[in-house]
Parts: sequence; C-alpha cells; structure tokens
Amino acid sequence: MRSVSAVMMHDVAPPVPPDGAVVDLRDAVAVLGSFPVLAGATMRVDRGEIVLLRGPNGAGKTSLLRLCAGLLPLERGTGRIFGLDLRTEQEAIRPRVGLLGHRNGLYADLSVAENVAFWGATVGATADEISGAMARLAVDGRLRDVRVRSLSAGQKRRTALACLVARRAELWLLDEPHAGLDATGRDELDAVLRQAVAAGATVVVASHELERAGGLSDRIVDVIGGQVIDASQEGGS
Amino acid sequence: MSRWRVARLIAAKDLRIERHSRVLLNQVLPFAGVTMVMFAFALDASNVLERVAPGLIWLATLFSLLVLVQRSFAIEGEDGALDTLRVAGVDPVAIFWGKSLALAAQLAALEVVLLGTAIVLYGADVPLGGVVLLVTTLITATCGLACVGTLYGGLTAGFSGRETLLPLLVFPVVAPVLIGATRAVESALGTGGVALAEGWPWIGLLAVFAVAFGIGGALAFGPLLETST
Repeated sequence: MRSVSAVMMHDVAPPVPPDGAVVDLRDAVAVLGSFPVLAGATMRVDRGEIVLLRGPNGAGKTSLLRLCAGLLPLERGTGRIFGLDLRTEQEAIRPRVGLLGHRNGLYADLSVAENVAFWGATVGATADEISGAMARLAVDGRLRDVRVRSLSAGQKRRTALACLVARRAELWLLDEPHAGLDATGRDELDAVLRQAVAAGATVVVASHELERAGGLSDRIVDVIGGQVIDASQEGGS
Repeated sequence: MSRWRVARLIAAKDLRIERHSRVLLNQVLPFAGVTMVMFAFALDASNVLERVAPGLIWLATLFSLLVLVQRSFAIEGEDGALDTLRVAGVDPVAIFWGKSLALAAQLAALEVVLLGTAIVLYGADVPLGGVVLLVTTLITATCGLACVGTLYGGLTAGFSGRETLLPLLVFPVVAPVLIGATRAVESALGTGGVALAEGWPWIGLLAVFAVAFGIGGALAFGPLLETST
C-alpha cells in the first residue's frame, strides 16, 4: 500500500509565494444572487496547515470553500491562492485545488476504478499513481469494479478522496468530509489528510464534528454570518 | 495534456457510461422507434409516408436529441461532477468537444436505426447513387446537432425547469438543420423525383452550420458554464 506522499510528490512542488501563504483573503465579499454569503472575510492559511472552519449552518463555510476553489466570484476585497489572483488567474488556480463538497463529483454508472482513472487522467496521472490512490483509500479490492451507484455513502466518500489524491490536489478544501464515514473510515481519512500535509498539501476543513476535526487541525477559524474570525490575523474581520 | 486528448477522455467517459447504463439502447432507440410508428399511424397512406419519410426521420432525430442531451448533462449534474470538472481546471473547450463527440456517436447510431425503420415501415428506398449524399448528410447534420445540443445542454444545465427550456431553445436554432437535412435526404432517396444534384447545396448549409456551432459553441461554452452552474 503506497502512502499519499508517494502518490503526490511525483512532480516538483510548484512555486508558493515567499511568505508561504497558500490562501490569503482580505475583506473578501462574495454574493449569491443578491445575498452576501461572505461579508468581508479575512483569512490566511500557510502551506502545510490543516485549518478547521467552524460555524453554524448558513454561516458561509461552504461559500468560503467555493470562493477558494474559484467557483464563487470575488465581488470585493482581495483574494490570492498560491499567490495567484482569484479574480484574474482562476484558470491557474483551479487545477491545483481539490474541492470535496456535499456532493462527491462521481459518475454513478462508472465503477470505482473507472472514476478514479478518469479524474486522474484529467491531470495525466499514470496507472501506478491511480492504483496507488485507490490503494491508499482502500477502494482497490472488492470495491474496484463496483459501480458507484451501488456503494454506501462512506464508500462513495472514500472513492471521492481517492480521486482527489489521483488529481494531485495541493489545496484540499473539504466540506464535512467525515459525514457518512464509519469510525474506521474516519481514522483512515485523518491519516490520509496528515499524509497529504506531510507531502506538502494544505487542508481547509469545514465541519460540525468539532471533536474529530478539531483534533486533526492545527488551527480553528470561526465563520459566523458571512464574517471570518481568524484569531491569527490582526483585526480579523 | 493536450486539448484534443482531454476531449477524447471526456467522450470515452460519456460513451462508457452509456455502455454501462444503456440509456440509448433501452430508452432512446425505443422512443424513436415508437415515434416513427406513430407517424406511420397518423399518415396511414403509403405514398404519403414514402414522400415525407426524410422529414419524419429528422423529426424523430430531433426529439431523441433532446433526450440524449438531457441525459448527457444529467450525468454531470447528479453528483456535482460538472463543478468538479470546473475545479479541476479541465479546459471547457475540451469538455465541449468531448461531450459533442460522444453525442454525435450516439446520434449517428440512432440515425442509422431510424433510416432502417423508415425503409421497413415507410417503404423508403435508398438508390445506390444516393449513398454518398446520404452518408455526407448524416455526418454533417449529426455534427451540427451534436454541437448545438451540447451548447444548449451546458447553458441550461444549472437551471431549474431545464427539461422544458431545452426544447424551447434548441428547436428554433436547429430549424436550418431540419430543413437542410430533409431536403438533402429527399435528394439522396429520390423522393418525389427530386434530382440527386439538388441535395449537395444543402450539404453546404449543413457544413456551415456545423462549423459555426463547433467553433462558436467551443468559445461560448466556458463562460456559459461559469454562469449557469
């Protein structure tokens, strides 16, 4: 069984800004329709950190993750991911980001192996890298040829994470990643995240399971009413 | 990865999903077949049926196109795969070409079956001299329909009520294909004594349509995805 490090560190690490900030948001405002889902978010995440986003439902955690993934336009303020501008350099940001939201982004009529192979192939991953990603998330055995439609929620989650590993994401944006996983699956997920970070990845997790995710994270950031309270930022908004 | 390679990857994925789910085989083809039979019931006179057979083939193709397009984007939407494609930074032009390719392959299979059905049910005859024109018509019309279908499928992917919105948007746009392909097939089959040579100018129209939507669709697809999902 290969480690995530072995799977991920096949390329030279891409340039990161000199100050090491992978995520750097300042007074970021994002709007859905006419509703401001983020009302001045300031947050910084350094390379190799695991940061937990904490907050009630509708506080803006998912919107914050989608903004960082370049799926939600930045209306005001500044936002840089890997030092790249969220407004003008989305195309360069997106391939380096992996977002696992409430949905898994899987094709129900394809098998586990076909899904991981497809997502790996979008970044030119080799067969070894793809099978390594499947092995790490333990979806390579009897699950390999099972169609995603027939999987349990936890197995789908593991398959989605295997796709993320195969995609060589450097910034992992995870929305309730522990949801649907049993105790073993949760332990495996935590191990995968730690290994990903050891290999140079950065992880931002939004979760309500504070006991589990809090133990995993280096830092906790509160998101309340579209505002981000990052204790590490002076005058955090 | 090159754009063409990613397009082939997307097309192969869509066709693999079709192979597993058999929606074309088990739902779209029977639907198209039933449509042709209903036309036969409605126009129950052999000389009328033979005369209008080319138009009925393309009408059944257009109805089936809507089902195929909706299926093509339903597989992307049901578990958020389209968002994942966007986050993965997959080139929208490659997505457009890949999905158009897969759609064209399915449409081509459908059209061959519909042509066979027209020969059996309507007594249509394919003279040897018309085969080249017929095949050229199928290819050019299929390319145009696949590009339009993919473009509007992407446009409506994020809207509620897309099932009704799609035909409203697509049918007016593909009217030139319906007219051009029907006239060209009439020429190929010699329906109503139409000469073979009269069909080729329509191929020009179909080709221009396919190229325009192939290029225009590829350019517009990225911005459409950004705004519609």
